[in-house]
Amino acid sequence: MGLDIRIPIGLMFALLGFVLVFAGLIMNSAVYQRSLGINVNLWWGLVLLVFGAVMLVLGARGRATVRPTDESLEGRKTEEREHQLGLEKETTSDE
Amino acid sequence: MTLTFVDWSIMLIYFLFVLGIGIALKRYMKTSTDFFLSGRSIPAWVAGLAFLSANLGAQEVIGMGASGAKYGIATSHFYWIGAVPAMIFLGVFMMPFYYGSRARSVPEYLKLRFDEKTRGLNAISFAIMTVFSSGISLYAVGLLLQAILGWDFTVSILVSAVIVLVYVFLGGLTSAIYNEVLQFFLIVFGFAPLVILGLIDVGGWSGLQSRLATVATANGYGAGAWSDSWSYMGTASSNPMGIEWFGLAMGLGFVLSFGYWCTDFLVVQRAMAADSMTSARRTPIIASVPKMLFPFLVILPGMIAIALTYQAGKSGFALPHKPDGTFNYDMAVPLMLGHYFPTGMLGIGLTALLASFMSGMAGNVTAFNTVWTYDIYQSYIKRGASDQHYLWMGRMATVFGILLSVAAAFVATRFNNIMDMLQLVFAFVNAPLFATFLLGMFWKRTTGHGAFMGLLSGTLAAAIHHGLTLPMGASVGIKGGWLGPVHIYRSEMAQNFWAAIFAWTACFLVTIAVSMLSKPKPESELRGLVYSLTEKARDTGVVWYKRVTVVGAIVLLLTVVLNIIFW
Repeated sequence: MGLDIRIPIGLMFALLGFVLVFAGLIMNSAVYQRSLGINVNLWWGLVLLVFGAVMLVLGARGRATVRPTDESLEGRKTEEREHQLGLEKETTSDE
Repeated sequence: MTLTFVDWSIMLIYFLFVLGIGIALKRYMKTSTDFFLSGRSIPAWVAGLAFLSANLGAQEVIGMGASGAKYGIATSHFYWIGAVPAMIFLGVFMMPFYYGSRARSVPEYLKLRFDEKTRGLNAISFAIMTVFSSGISLYAVGLLLQAILGWDFTVSILVSAVIVLVYVFLGGLTSAIYNEVLQFFLIVFGFAPLVILGLIDVGGWSGLQSRLATVATANGYGAGAWSDSWSYMGTASSNPMGIEWFGLAMGLGFVLSFGYWCTDFLVVQRAMAADSMTSARRTPIIASVPKMLFPFLVILPGMIAIALTYQAGKSGFALPHKPDGTFNYDMAVPLMLGHYFPTGMLGIGLTALLASFMSGMAGNVTAFNTVWTYDIYQSYIKRGASDQHYLWMGRMATVFGILLSVAAAFVATRFNNIMDMLQLVFAFVNAPLFATFLLGMFWKRTTGHGAFMGLLSGTLAAAIHHGLTLPMGASVGIKGGWLGPVHIYRSEMAQNFWAAIFAWTACFLVTIAVSMLSKPKPESELRGLVYSLTEKARDTGVVWYKRVTVVGAIVLLLTVVLNIIFW
């Protein structure tokens, strides 16, 4: 239950890394004059790919990182307090 | 700076993910607690990175780079004494009251600890401030994008505002927090290569040091004024910040830093959404680790920029000038991106800049919609409605909060002075806050009347101080001196720091005096809200790296070491 934040982060960085590596492989090396002759697209693209992959692995193995209020102990207590203090109307749970 | 297809696709990918997260989280937003507090289910590391990222607006990235160029490594004081100690104090000492009281916002804690009027004062001023602050940063970003990329001011403001609106509207605080974590990594990965390339170019730290010596002597300071953080702080006239060590340590290191990090709901909200007391306490401690290292990421590019500028011709990089002949420091970071990054990497760098802006804005918006709904709407307008009603109100508040910010940004284009004035008033209101919280949490005799009068006197003291002083070279008016200047500071920063010291002292003394004269709350009502009447939070029985006191002490020690290295 819930969406693990590491999955979208991993996907996005893997994708960005892929785009950079691709750009690094096909682009004329003249553009790297400003980056001191270093093919920063290729190298940093690889860094992003690795980071993205690590996040995806961690996300796939770990448990979800956010839960809805009714599945979270502290969340339920917060709701109970709202009802007790009359801040909120009591509602049936199957709403 | 021209962008190519690769840069545009990178930006597009980022926008799609940001919006996608909002859409994916929509189905989890069932109750108001989901929307405003993420169901109190966020793990410590996620809350910690979001805590840091919410503060990491574009003003931070651009502004700290600008300060790096203007003041050199001394800018790190904003991190090493201006943030890290306060973050650790929040985690170790204050979080138990915020989280343990089950208050859902900082103003609500004030209501529990003091009374309704103190909460009202704080909630209303905070709500107004967040909306206008986000408007002011929207304006700044619009101008910046116009200057570096030639984007249309109106289009870039509206596009950024709409994206933030959509993802907060759909996924509430969870969506803001998730995107903040994503943005945190994007900012780190977008700026790290800039620092690496810049350092290679200038010959490492020692090369940068010798180049900065040229900058310092050319400006009439000692050779190390740009590369030493403390050596030149003995007197205000020997460093470019124009402040001496006492004003720096007390004004920035104590009053302003603790006032912001320990009381501002924008950041505290992230810790309140954590899944347990332990996680809530660990949130600011986890955030303090990257915070301690951030100077290298955001200040160094500015320092490299000024070093290159003083070698213009050889380096091919020069900071542009403003119409009045001074350097336009705000352009340091964006121009450095264009100077070192080829197309492709440039897309990542600019997207990181946009990301920092969005995370800052989303932070303001989520803090605003929560304070509005819980502390203003539910308290004074409609109490005891259904949960769904407040969830709906939170979404509406998101919409009109953003509309107001956009309106404020457009007002700023016409009447720049109004915004300067507003920021000044906000500074008056914020300066005394920490005295109120400190007394409230650690002295059970503090009363609601005391807190309220203390806050008002602190704000008044800041205003009077402003009326009596002027920064060097400024004329009477918005910069101060409207009551007749009796003291001239070497810089505006020195004036701000001292204003904070006076405001804090006034608030502290008046709160104590009025509290002594008024009736305190019975002790039974203060349990869980005051240090002496609360069971001490313990973190024994967990591994050492999960203990707030242990990790907090290590981070403090490392910060001291960093100060010594760059002394």
